[in-house]
Amino acid sequence: MSALVDFQGLHVTLPEGADRPYAVQDLSMTIAPGEIVCVVGESGSGKSITARALMGLLPEPKVRASAGRILFEGQDLLTLPKPARRALAGEKLSMIFQEPMTALNPLMTVGRQIEEVLIVHTDLGAAERRDRVLALLDEVKLPDPPAIIGAFPHELSGGQRQRAMIAMALILDPKVLVADEPTTALDVTTQAQILQLIRELQDRHETGVMFITHDFGVVAEIAHKIVVMQHGRTVEAGPADDILSRPQEPYTRALIRAIPSLIPRARRASGGREALRVEGLEKTYRSKGLFGKGRTVSAAQDVAFRLDRGQTVGVVGESGSGKSTVAKMLVRLLQPDAGSIDLDGIDLAPLSRRQLAVHRNKIQMVFQDPYASLNPRRKVGDIIAEGPITIGKDAATARARTMELLGLVGLKPEAAERFPHEFSGGQRQRIGIARALAMDPEVLVADEPVSALDVSVQAQVLELLTEIRDRLDLSVVFITHDLRVAAQVCDSIAVMSKGRIVEAGDLAEVYADPKHEYTRSLLASIPGRDWVIPDLGEAPVAAAGE
Amino acid sequence: MTDALSSSPAFDDAPPGRIERLRGFWRLFRRNRSAVFGLAILALVVAMAAAAPLIYPDDPFSLAGRPMSPPGSDWLMGTDTLGRDILAGIVHGARTSLLIGLVATIVAVIFGTFMGALAGYYGGWMDEILMRLTEVFQTIPSFVFAILLVAIMSPSIQSIIIAIAVVSWPPLARLVRGEVLGLRNREFVQANILMGMPDWKIIVVQILPNCLSPIIVAGSLLVATAILIESALSFLGLGDPNVMSWGFQVGAGRSVLRRAWWICTFPGIAILLTVLAINLVGEGLNDALNPRLRERSG
Repeated sequence: MSALVDFQGLHVTLPEGADRPYAVQDLSMTIAPGEIVCVVGESGSGKSITARALMGLLPEPKVRASAGRILFEGQDLLTLPKPARRALAGEKLSMIFQEPMTALNPLMTVGRQIEEVLIVHTDLGAAERRDRVLALLDEVKLPDPPAIIGAFPHELSGGQRQRAMIAMALILDPKVLVADEPTTALDVTTQAQILQLIRELQDRHETGVMFITHDFGVVAEIAHKIVVMQHGRTVEAGPADDILSRPQEPYTRALIRAIPSLIPRARRASGGREALRVEGLEKTYRSKGLFGKGRTVSAAQDVAFRLDRGQTVGVVGESGSGKSTVAKMLVRLLQPDAGSIDLDGIDLAPLSRRQLAVHRNKIQMVFQDPYASLNPRRKVGDIIAEGPITIGKDAATARARTMELLGLVGLKPEAAERFPHEFSGGQRQRIGIARALAMDPEVLVADEPVSALDVSVQAQVLELLTEIRDRLDLSVVFITHDLRVAAQVCDSIAVMSKGRIVEAGDLAEVYADPKHEYTRSLLASIPGRDWVIPDLGEAPVAAAGE
Repeated sequence: MTDALSSSPAFDDAPPGRIERLRGFWRLFRRNRSAVFGLAILALVVAMAAAAPLIYPDDPFSLAGRPMSPPGSDWLMGTDTLGRDILAGIVHGARTSLLIGLVATIVAVIFGTFMGALAGYYGGWMDEILMRLTEVFQTIPSFVFAILLVAIMSPSIQSIIIAIAVVSWPPLARLVRGEVLGLRNREFVQANILMGMPDWKIIVVQILPNCLSPIIVAGSLLVATAILIESALSFLGLGDPNVMSWGFQVGAGRSVLRRAWWICTFPGIAILLTVLAINLVGEGLNDALNPRLRERSG
């Protein structure tokens, strides 16, 4: 099988003053027809730049391909004149982007946007174009193609938008499809469907696919060949089976080791003492219109669960399931409409702000976004100490406690004098944890605390959370969409869908024998669930670097 | 785990001190040439205002010599219809312009920030009331409103400052409201709420420092507008009669514009240059403080 695309020693330079001279350094790889090549790496590895170099989308002249060649059907794409290259783009090379909402023009109907490709590249008449678009929308399994043609992007769901994007990319039957994290923004069940679709279409049309992703689960699902990148260099490349089961390079091994296993950790014995009991929690959002009644959305209905001291309960669900609403109600950032939040004998739900003040410290939150959760204008030491000071501790005590906590979360005492922007995402999340701990909470509500982090960093933060829980005898409510992560940190689990808990129970039992249909489909959608992660032994996680 | 952290780049270099940050800011500011030019002119005007009692210890209203002497002879910029030295008037007028411009702006910024922060942070009915109030002020043409206020309060430095502040705060309130609204739902603010921090402290200590850049930029441009309004009021005879001002000088010379051009021209140029300089500096501040623009210009 001869190569369709052949990267030969590609170098992409970064502007002066960047943290490294090359975004991509000496990259060589090939994509054959009908082959899916996965380019895997953490953020900043240069994987997206590689895709953009192939598509001619580099932000030149600051970032440009300075050496090497990208051969496509014998022509070097890098030296090809602009018009010739433009003709190739869309017709023989096409691309799907990560965020289908921003990749589609919000003011144009979906049908018109797909048709645009045909108008630019072919001489087909209006009726023929319409037929082609309809046939393709049908092929990407969108329901009711005639309706979709007239729909605007915001009228479709995320998964439907990504299908429309795929239709647009495939309409001219391109030889090469570049997919840049096409499922990252999607829910896990939708992701499974899109991956399935890409695999099917690629198989039928003999397309060569370059698939950019950070998720080894997705890789295990679809890759024929894998290229692992780090800091712009190729770390390891080879057939998928080899790398997935016998990774050679330390970095690849560290990455794979960091993937949370789906096999639940053994549940720790519960002391039987209840830390938190939630009953009948409800929240309805009302968008009141100026005229008329407006709409109501029920974000949480009759939510109930209990959490024993020293245990972790996972609240899992897809976007819009209401899990974040529940988290916000627990810490009373939102006022529940009904129900009780029994925290060690005190019902928090009906308390007024003033009454709540004395209990506030007992339940604290770790936030999702490590960049938005720390005030950029305040020093780390102040961020952590201001909590205790607010509840009446004197400055010296708060200061001493801050130093202690920094040590506990694995940061040096000097960190107190620095500003948040000087830290990496993982380190910021540690600061966020220290801030929550400074209030001496009994219950910690962690709202997707690792979903914004790279997998190796994620493993470290999860380990830290577990360690702290055990050491301080905390109880944790862990909100997540990632069932792998849940398997590693939770003792029991509550599965949410459309504002309701559809299934709850011991995590190992739920995973082994899901009762509810939705839980079953969630578990079946986990990418790479059939891949047995090789046992690579224990090595310092630090090898992956933070 | 800690090994990985100690080798991370965040710990290698020393934390940037205040001086270091100022130096970095100056580097960014310097990239905009016209802003540096503006700053130079502004420095000149400030120096002139500061040195006024030394250069011209006499009252600028005192008669210096023959009326309407052309520039260049005994007086560098000539004399006006009553024989007052125009240069002395300009030097003393700089004091008035800067004083009124700065004080009126500070009052407007404080009031506008206060209103905007309350509206943005609390939202709901508070937002409705404060923003409708702001709109009431915005619907009245600002200069006419300023004239009206000064006329009611009788012309004096205080009444002019109050009038300018009253017509200048609404845009600031809207700006601050927008910024606060955006920051209010950020996770760090939610974390502060969870600590049980009082609202005023969240607004003042946590949120406002994060909207300082746009406030500074808008404020600097407001100074220029305030100087223009003051000049216009004085031109119309609504200035403080006891204080020399550029607008008053222009107004005093307008009837003899064809016979003695210098009476209007020099104070006019002073107004032009000062306002231009402040605008350039404001733009430079915007470039240096707004990271998104920074990238575009780099």
